[in-house]
Amino acid sequence: MINRRFFRKIKNGAFLALSLVATLTGLACLAAILWTLISHGVAGLSWHLFAEMTPPPGSRGGLLNAIYGSAVMTLLGILIGSPIGVLAGTYLAEYGRRSTLSVLIRFINDVLLSAPSIIIGLFIYEIVVVKMGHFSALAGALSLAVLAIPVTLRTTEDMLNLVPPGMKDASAALGAYPWRTIVSVLYPAARSGIVTGLLLAIARISGETAPLLFTALNNQFWSTQLNAPMANLPVVIFQFALSPYKEWQDLAWAGALIITASILMLSIAARVILAMLQAERGSDQ
Amino acid sequence: MAIIDPGHAAKQLVYERIFRAATLAAALLVLLILGGVAVSLFRGAWPALRHFGFAFVTREIWNPVTDEFGALAPIYGTVVTSLIAMALAVPTAFGIALFLTEICPPLLKRPIGVAVELLAAVPSIIFGIWGLFVLAPVLQRHVQPWLIHHAHHVPVLGQLFKGPPFGIGIFTAGLVLAIMVLPFIAATMRDVFDTVPPMLKESGYGLGATRWEVIWNVVVPHSRVGVVGGIMLGLGRALGETMAVTFVIGNAHRISTSLLAPGTTISSAIANEFTEAVGDLYTSSLIALGLLLFLITFTVIAAAQAMLRRLERRTEQ
Repeated sequence: MINRRFFRKIKNGAFLALSLVATLTGLACLAAILWTLISHGVAGLSWHLFAEMTPPPGSRGGLLNAIYGSAVMTLLGILIGSPIGVLAGTYLAEYGRRSTLSVLIRFINDVLLSAPSIIIGLFIYEIVVVKMGHFSALAGALSLAVLAIPVTLRTTEDMLNLVPPGMKDASAALGAYPWRTIVSVLYPAARSGIVTGLLLAIARISGETAPLLFTALNNQFWSTQLNAPMANLPVVIFQFALSPYKEWQDLAWAGALIITASILMLSIAARVILAMLQAERGSDQ
Repeated sequence: MAIIDPGHAAKQLVYERIFRAATLAAALLVLLILGGVAVSLFRGAWPALRHFGFAFVTREIWNPVTDEFGALAPIYGTVVTSLIAMALAVPTAFGIALFLTEICPPLLKRPIGVAVELLAAVPSIIFGIWGLFVLAPVLQRHVQPWLIHHAHHVPVLGQLFKGPPFGIGIFTAGLVLAIMVLPFIAATMRDVFDTVPPMLKESGYGLGATRWEVIWNVVVPHSRVGVVGGIMLGLGRALGETMAVTFVIGNAHRISTSLLAPGTTISSAIANEFTEAVGDLYTSSLIALGLLLFLITFTVIAAAQAMLRRLERRTEQ
């Protein structure tokens, strides 16, 4: 009997220790990646990065055109994708809450949320690049928009569902049509939640590489034309990191540091907003 | 003056109809996108599928010069790297989820949870350069020679870990994928474990069970469907992951019994070759690879979602 109890205790301790090891492994991976980025990337950080164009092989330069291109395409992607996501989320949460169509759309949206982004790139290549006959920043922005829709849709629906039903009833009792209630009562009440969704969507699409490879392609020069190929950070990092030139590799590391730092900051900001929202909700009750 | 202005009410009704139609149209667009993806991939893949027929998925050859393409090597690479990733990531994610829900002191719960979620936010390309410049050299110098030396005389393992240590290859790709899908699986498992009613766990403790016994005999059986759903969600990610794999797989259209050999996956083949593909048949073959990937991941993710939904419904009851 004593033996058996001892064995159970040992087994318990062993498995709990293993779960601690697993957690430390996960944290170590994050730390290792961040440390690599900082140690390789900091050396390349200078004002040249933000003032000069991507250089030809073997010479020094910056990432200005790539940073500009990434900003433009991410912004356009959000401007096109998020209104669709917010409206669709509104439909699922309000108009069609329990309809069969909503169940189907919710399901398909969750599938799209985890679908490989390279497939979306191929889709936009087929319907935009092939039709236009050339690669373009617009095609890149569209593929990012398609990736932003599922993220904003999901958070909008969840956040609208969190608004206390009493507010909706009060608005309806005043004789407001549903659209009035949604625009004047529900959206303001769910505002910080919807903003969180937007931040998460920006974080998600600004690091995407695969869908840009054959939509926006890349451009070594400064270009503001939406109708032409445009440089962007992820594809420049991909191209420069795999090149044999030291200058290009250094730029790739600096670019990787910039992009990761901005994405992690966006993700943390989104979480802080969400935590504040929850605290606010908690104090109301 | 009437209290209700009929003109105003009529205008409100028009706005209502417009707004409702706009939300419905946006919602339908989601369906349209998925349909559009399927149709456009199929159309793009049709020339290759017609030319090669079913043999496209059973042949290993990939020769742009003679215009002969078969998808077997990329399919093999995709499946094997994903299996390696799952074998490594699932136990680790299980451990993290357990730690976070059952063991972790409350004060550390949030920071560690957020750190795991941040690992999920790191873009795929960052895992790629980290894998190529940091992980691969370490594997090449220390891990792979050890594996080759010790697996040498063991029957099956000897075949799996054979040949020169390249650093990059199927094994390295599987390892990087494991780190990438780890946070997704861990976060889903954590959420699923949190749905277990405390009463059930307390009953276990009341019977004198140890913490591990409660976890294994109460928490896991109760959340089984969700755990499997989380694993499948991770598998869906691993199958479709592109950039990280492209960096470390070695890009060889070859099936080798050794896991240390370079290989290719569906997504890395598309990422590497698409913009350089000359000729309609070459491009179409790459799109056909995309169609295969779409069908595989769609099935896996849809199954995962169905399982997670079943759990959700059960919890609501």
